[in-house]
Amino acid sequence: MIAIIDYGMGNVASVQTAFENLGYQVVLTDDHATLRKASHIILPGVGSFQAAMDEIEARDLKQILIELAETKPFLGICLGMQLLFTEGTEGGLTKGLDLIPGSVDRIDTTHLLPHIGWNQLQVTDLVPSFKAFNNEFVYFVHTFAANTMAKYIVATANYGVEVTAIVRKGNVFGIQFHPEKSATIGGEILKTFLEEVKK
Amino acid sequence: MIAKRIIPCLDVKDGKVVKGTNFIGLRELGDPVEMAKTYSEAGADEIVFLDISATHEARETIVDIVKETARNVHVPFTVGGGVRSIDDMTRLLQAGADKVGINSAAVTDPQLITAGATRFGSQCIVVAIDAKKVADRWHVMTHGGRKDTGIDAVEWAQEAEQRGAGEILLTSVDTDGVKNGFDLALTEAIVKVVRIPVIASGGVGHPDHFAEVFDATNVSAGLAASIFHENTYTIQAVKAACKAKGVIVREA
Repeated sequence: MIAIIDYGMGNVASVQTAFENLGYQVVLTDDHATLRKASHIILPGVGSFQAAMDEIEARDLKQILIELAETKPFLGICLGMQLLFTEGTEGGLTKGLDLIPGSVDRIDTTHLLPHIGWNQLQVTDLVPSFKAFNNEFVYFVHTFAANTMAKYIVATANYGVEVTAIVRKGNVFGIQFHPEKSATIGGEILKTFLEEVKK
Repeated sequence: MIAKRIIPCLDVKDGKVVKGTNFIGLRELGDPVEMAKTYSEAGADEIVFLDISATHEARETIVDIVKETARNVHVPFTVGGGVRSIDDMTRLLQAGADKVGINSAAVTDPQLITAGATRFGSQCIVVAIDAKKVADRWHVMTHGGRKDTGIDAVEWAQEAEQRGAGEILLTSVDTDGVKNGFDLALTEAIVKVVRIPVIASGGVGHPDHFAEVFDATNVSAGLAASIFHENTYTIQAVKAACKAKGVIVREA
């Protein structure tokens, strides 16, 4: 059973559908006991970094998320991916979950912001199974992005600057774009995450 | 590199897709969810639903359409038409819409843009501007392009951005329905003064019209309705025409 964290940050029906379409049972929850029983933890989210961390704290989820990330496959999507990092500057400097070292800052580009639309993935050698997605278009909607070390970067997208698109540290993955809105390729990316964490 | 987006627009009335926004002689074209699914599978980068239902009861049906679309369509979609309050936005976004489009209500109450962007994030808020050439500038039109507000469209676009709009959906009342191509002068005038993505709309009669607006301006996306619905041209044909002119598009 896959658990999607329910913390009031954006609609997650599409994320739920995406995993259900891959044949998984999915539950949307913030209940600690249910989370402990889950096979995978998915942290979605749309909104601002600070508002999201406030919600996580208010719902007493911070500590359990950090604990769960030690043992279970964990995937952050969009804002959920940004929260994996040490800190973010959206809405004022705010501590994140600090599962992956790095900071989340406004994209320093001359291009239009938000970065909205389909952009191409440039996949690194970090996770070979993701190489299949090199040059594929996926759907992005964001203004802030993660700055982290190359050893955690699975893929980037070029938007005047290199934008961090997929990260991995052990069993913790983060995806900046919206796989659930990225047509068939998005489903394949989620499937590859699920396969990769079985290894 | 980021791709230019090709967006089919579905005008929905009383739960059915209809042809055109002209209220006289509407023709039913089909089921919105089915059509959205077909277009997304054919490579549409996004879908826009424009609810032109006249009654409050009929507007309730759009919420069910949004829920079904969220379950069945795996590309982003926007819902506009009759969005007048934060409550309207909440209902549509909670039902699964990725973005909401606000038009007349934003003109009446610009604070609605600010409130929506603060509550849901700028990426959810598309400000739709219907513009018409009046002397040497463009005026913002409301009520389906029939009422001249006297507001300067270029200044309104800038205000919409400052108030937190994530995108602008720009329709030329002059070229809409004419099928002779997008309004390049209007599109350029808006694109050059804002730093958020602009979607051009109104006037498409041929796939080359998309390539033309992408070549002439820095617009992020092009929207059309009738050329897709009448099966005159497919999404693939539009993308092939763009690609032939060197425009970067996503091939599905």
